[in-house]
Amino acid sequence: MTDVTVKIDGQDVTVPEGTLVIRAAEEAGIEIPRFCDHPLLAPVGACRQCLVDIPDAGNGRGFPKPQASCTIPVAEGMVVETQNTTAVKAQQGIMEFLLVNHPLDCPVCDKGGECPLQNQAMSHGQGETRFEGTKRTFPKPINLSPNVLLDRERCIVCQRCTRFAAEIPGDPGIALIQRGAQQQIGIAEDKPFSSYFSGNVIQICPVGALTSDDYRFRARPFDLVSTPGVAEHDACGAAIRIDHRRGKVMRRLAGNDPEVNEEWISDKDRFGFRYAVRDRLTSPMIRENGELRPASWLEAVAVAAQGLAGAGSVGVLPGGRLTLEDAKAYAAFARDTLRTPHLDFRSRPLSEEETGFLRSRVAGTTVTYADLDAADHVVLVGLEPEDEAGTLFLRLRKANRAGLRITTLSPYASEGSRKLGAQVVLTAPGAEKDALSQVSGVTEASVILVGERLATSPGAYSAAAELADRTGARLAWVPRRAGDRGAVEADLLPGENGLDAEAMVRAGLDALVIAGVDPDDTADPAAFLAALDQAGFVVSLEQRVTAVTERADVVLPVATASEKAGTFVTWEGRRRPFEKVFDKPAAYSDAEVLGHITAELSLVGPESAGVADETVVSSPTTTDSAATTTDSAGFRLATWRLMLDNGTLQSGDKALAATARPAFVRIPAALHAELGDVVTITGDRGSWTLPALPAEMADSTVWVPTNSFGRGVWADLASPGSTVTVEGAQ
Amino acid sequence: MTDTLTPVLTANWGDERAWTLPAYAATGGYDALDVALGMAPEDVQTMVKDSGLRGRGGAGFPTGVKWGFLPPPDPENPKPRYLVVNADESEPGTCKDIPLMMASPHTLVEGVIISSYAIRAERAFIYVRGEVLHVVRRLRAAVREAYEAGHLGTNIHGSGYDLELVVHAGAGAYICGEETALLDSLEGRRGQPRLRPPFPAVAGLYASPTVINNAESIASVPAIVKNGADWFAGMGTEKSAGVGIFSLSGHVKRPGQYEAPLGITLRTLIDLAGGIREGHELKFWTPGGSSTPLFTQEHLDVTLDFEGVAAAGSMLGTRALQIFDDSVCVVRAVLRWTEFYKHESCGKCTPCREGTWWLVQVLERLEKGQGSPEDLDLLLDQCDNILGRSFCALGDGATSPITSSIQYFRDEYLAHLEQGGCPFDAKKSTAWAEAVQ
Ligand SMILES: Cc1cc2nc3c(=O)[nH]c(=O)nc-3n(C[C@H](O)[C@H](O)[C@H](O)COP(=O)(O)O)c2cc1C
Ligand code: SF4
Ligand code: SF4
Ligand code: FES
Repeated sequence: MTDVTVKIDGQDVTVPEGTLVIRAAEEAGIEIPRFCDHPLLAPVGACRQCLVDIPDAGNGRGFPKPQASCTIPVAEGMVVETQNTTAVKAQQGIMEFLLVNHPLDCPVCDKGGECPLQNQAMSHGQGETRFEGTKRTFPKPINLSPNVLLDRERCIVCQRCTRFAAEIPGDPGIALIQRGAQQQIGIAEDKPFSSYFSGNVIQICPVGALTSDDYRFRARPFDLVSTPGVAEHDACGAAIRIDHRRGKVMRRLAGNDPEVNEEWISDKDRFGFRYAVRDRLTSPMIRENGELRPASWLEAVAVAAQGLAGAGSVGVLPGGRLTLEDAKAYAAFARDTLRTPHLDFRSRPLSEEETGFLRSRVAGTTVTYADLDAADHVVLVGLEPEDEAGTLFLRLRKANRAGLRITTLSPYASEGSRKLGAQVVLTAPGAEKDALSQVSGVTEASVILVGERLATSPGAYSAAAELADRTGARLAWVPRRAGDRGAVEADLLPGENGLDAEAMVRAGLDALVIAGVDPDDTADPAAFLAALDQAGFVVSLEQRVTAVTERADVVLPVATASEKAGTFVTWEGRRRPFEKVFDKPAAYSDAEVLGHITAELSLVGPESAGVADETVVSSPTTTDSAATTTDSAGFRLATWRLMLDNGTLQSGDKALAATARPAFVRIPAALHAELGDVVTITGDRGSWTLPALPAEMADSTVWVPTNSFGRGVWADLASPGSTVTVEGAQ
Repeated sequence: MTDTLTPVLTANWGDERAWTLPAYAATGGYDALDVALGMAPEDVQTMVKDSGLRGRGGAGFPTGVKWGFLPPPDPENPKPRYLVVNADESEPGTCKDIPLMMASPHTLVEGVIISSYAIRAERAFIYVRGEVLHVVRRLRAAVREAYEAGHLGTNIHGSGYDLELVVHAGAGAYICGEETALLDSLEGRRGQPRLRPPFPAVAGLYASPTVINNAESIASVPAIVKNGADWFAGMGTEKSAGVGIFSLSGHVKRPGQYEAPLGITLRTLIDLAGGIREGHELKFWTPGGSSTPLFTQEHLDVTLDFEGVAAAGSMLGTRALQIFDDSVCVVRAVLRWTEFYKHESCGKCTPCREGTWWLVQVLERLEKGQGSPEDLDLLLDQCDNILGRSFCALGDGATSPITSSIQYFRDEYLAHLEQGGCPFDAKKSTAWAEAVQ
């Protein structure tokens, strides 16, 4: 692209051809006032605040009237004046108009103190208005969604919110309605604004027109302390800003990281943070006469060390939410301290094939968001980005809008796939291996993104690797949790002759060290709980009271993400370090707690701490028992988690929960026509009667959200990869 | 030469059932279509360009030149090309397209077919103002007749040329006459002007190359094809060629549509209309609708062509001559117009949306005699902050009556303040004023 040189306020600026004048001015450090303009949204030129004088358009002739700098591209030799009398008069005139109908209720407005309208009225306005008339009024506020509220009096109809919704996540549902001064943002009568990314409109609203039920009237910006952070809800590594006051998080905002999340985050990343204060474990506990009782750290650590030292075989299940630092600590703890090979971070259905895949194809690799932009084709397998990886979803959608071809191998044609412009190859769970061998148009410029669900589809990971090898395409694994990739990097996987998580459950080990595992997430929740009950000794490192802490012999409270510094590793392999938000003296990271146990164990005696028990028979997990037994009457069970569901890290965030999409079962359209809107699904673990929607679906397949009903699919309905029956419900 | 009526578009309006196909055909209707189909499309374009026809929708852009902006047909990317006829006619005072479509819809239909052929469009739309249902019905009947007679549809007149014509009724918004808002509205969206570029010629209706012309512009095409470019160019003035419909309304004895060469004067037109209402004198008038700055007595001899009106400080616009005699309070008239703009502002941009809201309040105050002389400067400054700052010409137009009325009638504004109210008796300006007295 050729460069163009323009003169802005007397300064020469050289920018690529096509750059908008407002951006070129930024390059020169000149800030033109603006409202509707947003660098990540298509220009509209609606507010007219960014007017500048252009005495020479580059052809020797000037524009007779001021021009909107956010819609006009630079031209060679152009002369722009942003602060001469013409420009200033125009800018002041618009500012005065904007305030004509503005309520000026800054003292009670959430945005007061960080408001572009307030700030720019001070910097570019006249100070006094000449308007003496009657302002337009509206009843306020109204709900756009259960969480997003609109104060129409404050709205300057810049269209940032509507443009965001339509362009970025592709969730229209808010739109301009009425005209003239009555023009306002509206929703359809029977349909609230529904988007997993709705909170971004609050953040980019240049006035206080949009507020969240969650944060409204809770704090003033100037009372908040901000700490940059990294979102812990998925493996995307979105930059966030944590705003807190007196030791309490008041809100979270999107950070600006052009390489990762740009300026957007999901509502889960924004509004899901109260888990960190609810049901928190406040002190270590030990079991005595069958009951847990609070204990001092000294006592609890000593009991933990003693129990572990005495155990013949120990398994370590550290979960997928760890920082890289904590993950490394677990690896060292298992290998060096306990000398056990029974180590596995996976607390969900897994396979031996996956273990090999993670070690050989994931650890140490890098595929970035930018690589997706540059790709000629992205193939998704076993991955639903809109639900499972919000940032990835937005980046893929952006790339698709810029021309990227996307193919997804998915059990049904989801809304998310439609928003990605993806070509859907209907693929029943278990059929990914064959489907992958038939995908066309994959080249060395392509990227294959596989989700962790492929662990339940025999041969799928290998087929993805084979496709990558055959075509030269790049391959990346997109797990669901913030700590998953870090755990792979730390090799929190079974060592030589070690048992994986599912095998550990079956093996009846003497002792278990468990951190951040929800039994209901595992492939066989009942078996997991039984294993806890049977194990001679269970040490639980946890933030909150869970089914594991209730069965543990020693419970050791650990810090949440905001209480410690650390590093998450994104699905890309990118290190995302973050700082501690709160200094809580008694909040120890997992690594610190493990350090204490290690120290204690060294006192107990290194020889007895060498607990690896070679007598445990290694019985690696295979999933084919379940996955390929298609009984002719059965439907294959496809499942993933909706972004907002019954997940533990969302508990306590009522406003967030209210925005969750209603959970439905998806069944083939023909079956829906036959059975109607409510169906009973029966699997090997139970039966659910649920509302169903028709979908364009792979043959003989039904889809159920993993964790939206009861204790979730694995606990209440069926085992991974199994088949279920579907009947109409009366 | 410019002082007589030259009925072209209006010639058959008085005919028996002029709106039917047989009546239109009896006057040689659809003959021009045969002429055009016998020519290469490019030659029809050239003919229209040579005729000097300028857009009759207000801005006066040369029609043939506009057609030439369409990118040449690209076999690699065969996007459809569209002709869209703007028959939204909502500018206060403008009353020519609607009578034309009412009296002789086939003139427009024939114009659409020839113009579409010239630009190689296979689909055309007429966007009609929603309130005039009777016109929509008449237009639809004419289109049906044209289809039945083989003037529309496939293989028109055996030429191999196909054209589908759709009559679309708007929902009643002035802004939908603005060409890009019209396109949004036609696509089923809320009518608001689009950011340009891309220009409609490149990405218009459904992002395809599109020509948008006023109904009168398109209706002028058959006569040009039939009589030749020179015939048309020979009328009017050098730069404002041809004839046009002048709609006279208000305080003249015989209001109505007067078709005359461009360059005629209001003095002549008032004579043709039987003069100003008995016992009164001309006070002010709009040359091209309410969005064009007002004229007064002193402009009676301004030639009504694009250049003449512009030189005198206004715009020819749509030749909507609203005539106000000395019984009318200019402040009241300007307030009414401003209320119209406030009501019709689409809301997209700040200066028009907020400015018209505010202007109305200041004018209301002045009309009631409650303002101050400084309010006039305030009005002028508000107008200065709107004109050329708004997103489209609606906002600009809203300032025209205000700035021009203050220019010519400042004293009348001040009289309101001195008297603490309006010095006029509003009843006297009504059409039934005589009867009341
Ligand atoms: C607010 C507004 C309303 C308009 N209304 C009309 C209209 O009703 N009819 C019309 O032909 N042009 C109208 N125009 C002008 C059109 O935008 C456009 O210039 C015209 O249709 C072009 O046709 P022409 O070149 O044949 O004149 C309007 C413009 C504005 C800004
Ligand atoms: S609500 Fe905010 S972002 Fe949306 S249009 Fe109004 S001012 Fe702009
Ligand atoms: S000037 Fe602005 S608000 Fe007014 S009609 Fe045009 S775009 Fe809409
Ligand atoms: S910032 Fe340029 S018009 Fe709004």
